[in-house]
Amino acid sequence: MRITILGGGPAGLYCGLLLKKANPAHAVRIVERNAPDATYGWGVVFSDRTLAAFQEADYKSYRAITSRFVSWDAIDTWYRGELARCGGHVFAGLARKTLLGLLQQRCRELGVALEFEAEVASLEALGDADLLIAADGVNSLARRTHESTFKPSLTLGKAKYIWFGADKVLDAFTFIFKESESGLFQVHSYPFSGETSTFIVECAEDVWLRAGLDQASEEESIAYCERLFADELRGARLLSNNSKWISFATLKCARWRAGNVVLLGDAAHTAHFSIGSGTKLAMEDAIALANAIEQYPDLERALSEYELARRPVVEVFQAAAAESQAYFENVRRYTSLPPSQFVFNLLTRSKRITYDDLRLRDPRFIAWVDYASAALANPLRMEREAPYHAALQVVPPPAFTGYKLAGMRPANRIAARLEDADGWEGAARTGAALAVTSPIAISADARIGPCDTRVDTPEYAEAWGIALRRLAGVGTRVCATLSHAGRRGAAYSPAQGAGIPDRPLREGAWPLVSASPIPYTPKSQAPREVDRDGMRAIRDDFARVARTADELGFDMLMLHMAHGYLLASFLSPLSNQRGDEYGGSPENRMRYPLTVFEAVREVWPQEKPLGVALNCHDGVRGGLTLDDAVTIARALKERGCDLIQPLAGQTIPDAELPYGKGFLTPLSERIRTEVGVATLAGGYLTTTNEANTILAGGRADLALMSPLDATAAKG
Amino acid sequence: MRVSAGLPSTIPGCRGDLIIEWARRAEEGPFSSVAALDRVVYDSYDPFIALSAAAAATSRVRLATNVAIGPLRNTTLLARSAASLHALSGGRLTLGLAIGARQEDYEAADVSYTNRGRRFVEQLSDLRDIWDEARIGPPVGDLGAPELMIGGTSDATFARVARYASGYMHGGGPPRAFARAADKARAAWQDLGRPGMPLLWGQGYVALGGDEAVEAGARYLRDYYAFTGPFVEKIVEGLLTTPQAVAQFLRGYADAGCDEVALFTTAPSLDELDRLADVVSGLSTVEARP
Repeated sequence: MRITILGGGPAGLYCGLLLKKANPAHAVRIVERNAPDATYGWGVVFSDRTLAAFQEADYKSYRAITSRFVSWDAIDTWYRGELARCGGHVFAGLARKTLLGLLQQRCRELGVALEFEAEVASLEALGDADLLIAADGVNSLARRTHESTFKPSLTLGKAKYIWFGADKVLDAFTFIFKESESGLFQVHSYPFSGETSTFIVECAEDVWLRAGLDQASEEESIAYCERLFADELRGARLLSNNSKWISFATLKCARWRAGNVVLLGDAAHTAHFSIGSGTKLAMEDAIALANAIEQYPDLERALSEYELARRPVVEVFQAAAAESQAYFENVRRYTSLPPSQFVFNLLTRSKRITYDDLRLRDPRFIAWVDYASAALANPLRMEREAPYHAALQVVPPPAFTGYKLAGMRPANRIAARLEDADGWEGAARTGAALAVTSPIAISADARIGPCDTRVDTPEYAEAWGIALRRLAGVGTRVCATLSHAGRRGAAYSPAQGAGIPDRPLREGAWPLVSASPIPYTPKSQAPREVDRDGMRAIRDDFARVARTADELGFDMLMLHMAHGYLLASFLSPLSNQRGDEYGGSPENRMRYPLTVFEAVREVWPQEKPLGVALNCHDGVRGGLTLDDAVTIARALKERGCDLIQPLAGQTIPDAELPYGKGFLTPLSERIRTEVGVATLAGGYLTTTNEANTILAGGRADLALMSPLDATAAKG
Repeated sequence: MRVSAGLPSTIPGCRGDLIIEWARRAEEGPFSSVAALDRVVYDSYDPFIALSAAAAATSRVRLATNVAIGPLRNTTLLARSAASLHALSGGRLTLGLAIGARQEDYEAADVSYTNRGRRFVEQLSDLRDIWDEARIGPPVGDLGAPELMIGGTSDATFARVARYASGYMHGGGPPRAFARAADKARAAWQDLGRPGMPLLWGQGYVALGGDEAVEAGARYLRDYYAFTGPFVEKIVEGLLTTPQAVAQFLRGYADAGCDEVALFTTAPSLDELDRLADVVSGLSTVEARP
C-alpha cells in the first residue's frame, strides 16, 4: 500500500514507523513542513500505561525513549507562599525535540521516506496515495479540506496562557498559584531534559488585561513572569519559544475519516494541556491505526475499527481535560480554601483520583490532610491552618473528625436519613453523628401525602420524643426538616400504591397553595395562588412548629426550599409568575422564603444550627441556575443560616439531572467555596472514600450517606 | 439474583411452536421468567403475542417485555394489551418499556419519531391511570398493576424510572457498564424519595454450542444490531460463549446489585436453552427456586 503521512510530529513519525515495521512492503512517506531539528513546544509527558503500550508496539523506540527519560513521582503545589508535596504519581517526560529525533532515526532505519521543509498548499499537491494519514496538527490542512465530512468544532477556553521553558531543574510536576496586583496567576511546570523545564503561565482574561499583557511583547511577558515568579524560579530564566498568549482550543470532530483520509492526534482532537495528554493520545492513536491496518485488509474496515477503538478513549480524556480546564478557569473560587483543602481539591479535580488513591500513593500527604482537617475542626481553633510541615500524628480521616456548627458539636461528619420517628434505630445503627429527617409538614395542609410525619400533634410529638431520647443516648444529633408541600401536596404517600410520586389523591385531598396557580403535573390539582394572609399564616406555622421542634429536643432545624415545594415554588421563575413584590426579579422571588427564614431564625435558638435545603438549579432551561442559588445562599447566610444542603431539580416533573454517584457534589462545592457557608452534600454517596474525598477537598462539611443497594436498604 | 430465559421470538426462522415449547422448558428450569424483545421491521413476533402464548403454557414464570417500544403504540391499546396479558396470566407481567433507537420501526408503524420522549412521558403517566380506573381492559384488581420497568441510557431515562416505574432495565454490556447505570437509577430513585431501591434488570446474549453456534450467534447479532453501525462489534464481543463466561457475567451483575438478568440465546434451538439451563442451575449467585 502507498501511504502518505502529512505531518512529521510524534504521531505521524510513530505511525509511519509502525506501519513500515509491520509490513515492509508498504511505501510510507512522511511530509513535514519544518526542518528535522525545528520544534515547537518543550517537553512531553507520558504515563506508565502509555509506556507499556510503546513497549508492546516497538521495543527499539521504546528503549530509545526510556533511555532519555527524566522521571519523577511528585506533584508540588505552591499556594499562599507555601509548598505542599504529594508523591506516588508516576510521570516521565523528555524533550519533544529529542523524541522527534529518535523517532526520525527509527523511521530511517526502517525505510520510511522522510521529506522535510515541504510546504504543502493543497492535498492534490501531495500526489496519489492509497491512504492519507493527516497528522498535521490542530490546524490540519486535510481536515480543513474535508471539513464538511469531519465536521470539526473548536471551543476556545476562557483563560489565557503562554508556553515558556525555564532553565531550571525540577524534581516534581510543579503548580504555582500566585497573587499579583492584577489577580491570580498559575503555573504548570514539569521537567523534561535534566536541564530545562516546561513552564506554562495561565491566568483569567481579566487578570491578563489588567496586567497589560495583551499589549506586551514576548520579551515583556518574559520579564513580567520572571518578576512575578522570582521566588519560585530562584534565579532561573524563562526561555522563549516564539511564545504567545493564547486561549486553549478544544477540537472535536464528528468523524475521523473521509474516504481514504484519516485524522490522527491533534488533527482529530485536542485536550487541555493541564492533564498533559496531547502527545500521549496522538501516539496511542498511531498505535491503534497501525494495528487496525495490519489486522484488517479492507481499508475502510480498518479505518472504522481505528476510530471505533480510539474515539471512546479520547472522549474520556477530553471529558477529564474539560473538568480540569474548568477547574483552572474557575480556580479563583477555590482560593477561599485553606492549604490542605486547596491542594487536595486540586489533586482530585479530575474526579478520577480519590482520597484512597492518594492515601496509597503518599501516606505522608494524607497524614497532613487528615491532620489539617482535624485542626480545622478543632473547636479550640488552636491551629486554623496546619502547614505542610506541621508535626504529624495519627488522626482520624476527615469523615471521622468532629465539627462545630453554631453550638452543636457532632462527633463525625457522616449524616444519615431518618424517614420518621420509628426509624430511629436504623439511624442509630449507622453511627452517623447527625440524622436528617424527611420533610416534616408544618400543618395538615402542608403535607405531601396522608402519611407525612409531623411534630405538632400529640401522637407524633410523643413518638419523636422517644426517638430523640434514644438517639441522644448514642450521640446522634437530629435535624428536623420543616416543609410545606405547596403544589406537590395532596398526593399519595410513598408507602401507598406503587410508591409513585405526585399522584393526586382521589379521595380526601385538601386544597393546595403555591406561589402561582400552576398545577405540578397535568393531572395535579390546580393550586390557589397564596395570598398575603395565607403567606403570613404559613410563615407563622413555620415559626410555631420550629418552637415545638426546639421544645421536643431537636438539635438542628432545616427549612425545605427545594424540589418544588412551597418555599421553592417562590424561588424558581418556572413556578413563580406572580405580579406582586414576591414575583418577577430574583430579589422579589426570594423575598418570601427569606421572610420565613427570618421568622424561624427569630424563634430558633442561636446555639442550635439552622439550615436550608436549597434548590441549586432546576435542571431545565429557563429555570433557577446555580448562579441564582449562590445569590440566595448569600442572602440566607447574611440572615444567620448555618448550613446549606444543595439539592436540584423537581421544580417541574420532567427535569433532567446528571444522576449518579455524588451528582450534587459540584453544587455543594460551588456554594461552599463561593458563599463561605457550611454545606451538607448528598446525592447518593455510599462509601467513606467518597465522603473523605468530598470533605478533604473542601467540597462540603458533611456527607449525607445512602445505602449501597437494595439489600443494604432493607437493613 | 434471578435469571430470565429470553424467548427466541426475534431470531429469524423461529417457528411459532418453538416459543411455546421454550416457555414450557423455562418453567421447569432455573429461570424466573421468560422475556421478549420488540422489533417491528424484522422477522420477529409481537412480544405481547409471544408472551401470551408463553403464559398459556406456564403458570410459574413471570412474563417480561425487555423491552417493548412504548411510543410506537397507542397508549390506550397498550394499556389494554398489558392488562389483558397480566390478567390472563394471573398477574405475571413485567412490562419493560423504552423509546427505542430505530427510526425505521417508527416509520413502518407510521408514528412520529420526533418528540417520542415527550410522548413516552405522557404514556407512562397515562398507563397507570388507565389500569387504576379499570374502565378499559380487564380490571387488574387484586393482582395489582403490571410491574412497570423502563430502559434507556439518557439522563431523562433515570428520572423517568424514579418518577413512573418500579425499576430499570439495562440494555446489555459488561458488568461495569451495568453498575454505572445502576448507580444512576439508584441516585434518581433516592432523589425522588422512593422507598427502598429500584428493581434492576440486566441483559446478555449467549451461544454455548461451540464454534459453529458462536459464529451463527455473531452473524445474528451483526444483523439484529446492524442499525448501531460499527458499535455492533462491541455487542458481538459481549457474546457469552462458554459456561465460564456466563458464570462470570452473572457474578458481575449480582455483585453490582442486579435483581434479574435476561439471557437470550442467539439461535432458535432448544439445545441452546438446555445448555443455558445447565450452566445457570449450577450457580450459587442464582436463586435456586425463583
